[in-house]
Amino acid sequence: MDVSMTVNGRPASGKVEGRTLLVHFLRDDLHLTGTHVGCDTSQCGACVVHMDGRPVKACSVLAVEAEGAEILTIEGMANPDGSLSVIQQAFQDHHGLQCGFCTPGMVMSAAALLKDDPHPDERTIRDYLDGNICRCTGYHNIVKAILAASENASIAAQ
Amino acid sequence: MHDFDFVRPQTVSDAVRALATPDAQALSGGQTLLPAMKVRLAAPAVLVSLMHIPDMVFVRADGDVLRVGGATTHAQVAREAAGAYPALASLAARIGDPAVRSRGTIGGSLANNDPSACYPAGVLASNATIVTDRREIGADDFFQGMFTTALEEGEIVVEVRFPIPDAARYEKFIQPASRFPLTAAFVARHSGGARVAITGASESGVFRWHEAEVALTSDFAVQALDGLAVDADGMIADLHGSSAYRAHLAGVMTRRAVAAIV
Amino acid sequence: MPKDGGIGDSPKRREDVRFLTGTGRYSDDINIYNQVYAYFVRSDVAHGRIAGIDAEAAAAMPGVLRIFTARDFEGVGGIPCGWQITSRDGSVMNEPKHPVLADGKVRHVGDPIAVVVAETLAQARDAAEAVVIDIEDLPAIMDMRAALTPDAPLVHEDMGTNLCYDWGFVEDNRQAVDDAIAHAHHVTTLELRNNRLVANPMEPRVALAEWNAAADEYTLYTTSQNPHVIRLLMGAFVLGIPEHKLRVVAPDVGGGFGSKIFHYAEEAFCTFAAKALRRPVKWVSSRSEAFMSDAHGRDHVTKIELALDENGKFLALRTETLANMGAYLSTFAPSIPTWLHGTLMAGNYTTPLIYVNVKAVFTNTVPVDAYRGAGRPEATYQLERVVDKAAREMGIDPVDLRRRNFITEFPYATPVAVEYDTGDYHATMDKLLALSDHAGFEARAEESRRRGMLRGFGIAHYIEACGIAPSNLVGQLGARAGLYESATVRVNATGSISVMTGSHSHGQGHETTFAQVVGDMIGIDPAQVDIIHGDTARTPMGMGTYGSRSIAVGGSAMVRATEKIIAKAKKIAAHLMEASEHDIELKDGRFTIAGTDRSVAWGDVTLAAYVPHNYPLEEIEPGLEETAFYDPANFTYPSGAYGCEVEVDPQTGKVTVLSFTAADDFGNVINPMIVEGQVHGGLAQGFGQAMMENCAYDADGQLISASYMDYAMPRAADLPMFTVDSTCATPCTHNPLGVKGCGEAGAIGSPPAFVNAVIDALQRGGHDVTHIDMPLTPDRVWEAMQERGVRDA
Repeated sequence: MDVSMTVNGRPASGKVEGRTLLVHFLRDDLHLTGTHVGCDTSQCGACVVHMDGRPVKACSVLAVEAEGAEILTIEGMANPDGSLSVIQQAFQDHHGLQCGFCTPGMVMSAAALLKDDPHPDERTIRDYLDGNICRCTGYHNIVKAILAASENASIAAQ
Repeated sequence: MHDFDFVRPQTVSDAVRALATPDAQALSGGQTLLPAMKVRLAAPAVLVSLMHIPDMVFVRADGDVLRVGGATTHAQVAREAAGAYPALASLAARIGDPAVRSRGTIGGSLANNDPSACYPAGVLASNATIVTDRREIGADDFFQGMFTTALEEGEIVVEVRFPIPDAARYEKFIQPASRFPLTAAFVARHSGGARVAITGASESGVFRWHEAEVALTSDFAVQALDGLAVDADGMIADLHGSSAYRAHLAGVMTRRAVAAIV
Repeated sequence: MPKDGGIGDSPKRREDVRFLTGTGRYSDDINIYNQVYAYFVRSDVAHGRIAGIDAEAAAAMPGVLRIFTARDFEGVGGIPCGWQITSRDGSVMNEPKHPVLADGKVRHVGDPIAVVVAETLAQARDAAEAVVIDIEDLPAIMDMRAALTPDAPLVHEDMGTNLCYDWGFVEDNRQAVDDAIAHAHHVTTLELRNNRLVANPMEPRVALAEWNAAADEYTLYTTSQNPHVIRLLMGAFVLGIPEHKLRVVAPDVGGGFGSKIFHYAEEAFCTFAAKALRRPVKWVSSRSEAFMSDAHGRDHVTKIELALDENGKFLALRTETLANMGAYLSTFAPSIPTWLHGTLMAGNYTTPLIYVNVKAVFTNTVPVDAYRGAGRPEATYQLERVVDKAAREMGIDPVDLRRRNFITEFPYATPVAVEYDTGDYHATMDKLLALSDHAGFEARAEESRRRGMLRGFGIAHYIEACGIAPSNLVGQLGARAGLYESATVRVNATGSISVMTGSHSHGQGHETTFAQVVGDMIGIDPAQVDIIHGDTARTPMGMGTYGSRSIAVGGSAMVRATEKIIAKAKKIAAHLMEASEHDIELKDGRFTIAGTDRSVAWGDVTLAAYVPHNYPLEEIEPGLEETAFYDPANFTYPSGAYGCEVEVDPQTGKVTVLSFTAADDFGNVINPMIVEGQVHGGLAQGFGQAMMENCAYDADGQLISASYMDYAMPRAADLPMFTVDSTCATPCTHNPLGVKGCGEAGAIGSPPAFVNAVIDALQRGGHDVTHIDMPLTPDRVWEAMQERGVRDA
């Protein structure tokens, strides 16, 4: 089947099977390997991307379901000049990542949260991350990073 | 997963037609179906997406009824039902996680009738009506046991109509791994009486706790439940809790819901 | 004050940029032209005889290249075990064969039987469903006690027993310990289970192998914590490939926690098949597959007895453990319940007599091996639980009882054969009590009581042994490998530096920390220093990263190599300035003649080394590159005091962790930010073990917790912010940096603190509960409360 979508602001299309998952289309066809696969039960969140502005698990969306959609992945998160976005920078500043495998999903979920709720409290952040598992950080520094990012006014403007 | 043909109809009638093909299955968000297909527990020949039918995506308060389109995501219900039916919006806001709520739909949840799903409790306690492409089904008739509903082959949940209760509350105790309810209670105080629905606990899926309803109908207070307990017989026992524990939790969650309402 | 970016400073991690922008290079991100995909057909029963494999129909399916079974591996070695334990009676352990693919029998759910290799993964998987495997079921051996009874069915018939070994430590102490316990004023006994866990790094395992026909060379990309170890084990013991023809690359690796130390069948399979098929072969584990093929951790059943005198002084300790090995011996499995467990049983205490007995048992389960802490959590848990129980039985405050028995003089030789070099246990305890506002606990408990909740405070003090060493000693103890580490420091002509380390970073931030050390030693910007790791073609033979060894062992090797660099550079500088090398000082990247203002810059010296025109060629070689191998004189011994405050909901049994405080002694700290992060992660895994995680099998050997639907991984909402401190530092005396290691501490010290806190809360609530086995899930806590109802006030 033919599929076309917009990925990180650029048109992308390809031929896929019905069963091809969005995450595999991104990784295998578009070579955007920043979106990871960490489980097969739609729980770990390493594959979270934005689809039409909402966070989705790319392992639980068929590529054909994304026909015509706007997809944003971790590769599209940096500023146009290549520098880290506010959220990415906050993750580095607060040591919100270790092995880095869950990180793309964490950043995408954090971005979705701050879009809806620019100033979440700690409880809200922790609850919002229920679908993102990190095995390295104990979440402490991830929560700190998101709190710090939320304090940056430019987020609200984004 | 096995490969399949994929269609995305724009209307309910096209969807019904597509579902009439052999081994066709509806995809209504896919947050349960796709993981099941990955481990090859499900292998449809044709997958019919219901996510692109505009007539099935809406949240509308219509007097004292809240109408929700069958393909409406949990995220949309959480946002748009908050004014008219806050307890239902709160339930929707706590299903799965944010990414799952972006895709999962009410119709998909009801058609699947997972014994640990949230929506069946809200639907049953609200005494909602499930509107399909061919008929209307009352909540009491709709749920027919674990993963079993009154839906016929190829029948589509087009809309769910919730009579809005005077007050309601969903109390959920999560299973720590899946984050599904280990046991949850939805208590609704209707003008005609109280309804209490328990999910997660029973081997027969969501059920009404009739003794509690009778007690609360005559006196909507926590004390009215004194001495009442859900029978552990028929409750699920697994790695995460015995049947006695689940029966006990049903009582605790119900009491907490009542306490939060009064 | 630390130098900017130097030792003791917390510069941001340089590796973060690639991970934050999706440009990391994990194994699954690597694809090789013309590669094909392997899919493993695994046993769905725990124990059975393979009566037949019919792959004919599957082999004819679209895209299938070949289907492999045990028959294809005749003449190929089995998966080796890297440690041999000697039993009490002097016999060596029973060591079963471990074929790459199951041969004749399957011994656990997940045991690989056949492999389909096809052009696409989907084709391989489709064909795998068509492979018909006929298995005659045999009774599953699941319970360790039952496995040791005379009539028990056998996991390995040819061994005649399910016992791997029966280890006593220290055997000479046995009688004295028995006597002391028989005559003591008080003996506290505790029977417990240390729950089986699955490491669950977020990146599942991957193997991708290619074979170069022209050179007969192999390259394996694998998710490993120690690529040289894999090269040695797989090359020498399994496939018979000489090391110079085998390159193992572990690129970005998404966490390991021990589970990626070991050599796995899938690595050997892909390497073997790449040559057989003359195509690169890739295997990517799914999470479901990981649950039944990654080595598990823990799984001990223990009885511990602590004898005390009337003043609460510990007199003797006896502990008996059944340790589950699973169906085969994973790489380091035998060492975990023995040398990494028995040697830690003194803890922080002066207990003069200790005896440890461990029986390792084969069962029809996934092999068990090191998982974060590996043996030390099992030791710490039983010890800190029995001490807490003793305190309650004797009516002594748990903090006070620990203090009465703390070791205070160092070095201290324990009765379990190790010597602690430094430590200050009262200091860490004081720090914990202050940081956790222990004094205010009663008021907080009262406030909880008013809300109908039960609040408890739990404490644990731990000792850890990191950087297992020295090699000649571990060789005597049965290790079949050395435990040194290596580093090559390559200074380039313009002064920039590439450091090739045998350590491997899979989240620990070595690229940042190691550069801090080298930059600091020479006095140059650490941005001038790059750390290269994870590739046997680029780094010297090294043993990799596990056991909190990287900075203590790998860091020391790097220091030694850098010292050699500096010594040679001083000679060059002396020549350039026509001075004596003994008068040359290196400071802030400049070589100065002591007492003068004459100096040359680092870059002048490095350039001279590679453009040796004005150079003492008759005395020293050109170039500036040095390698060091460092073999430690001893373990390092981090320690710390952990405290946890919980609230139990008496209606549901749900435990909420309100606060967790860690006061650690890691010796000197290179990057405090990274060290804190390591502690956070360890605490979360300790929380997981204590409160949520449970790898469970049913009686038939089916894995019940086989996905994240049933195996509970800690999530953000389950945990509080942590308070961590590592200022109570007593530097290690026998390594050049004075460092001890921090990677596992959190997972070692925290489980008993969580459990002690819950027991405290229940007892304060009037429930006579003295023990609950981990994980303390709500149903278990609730059921314990039902069984042990509220005491009369």
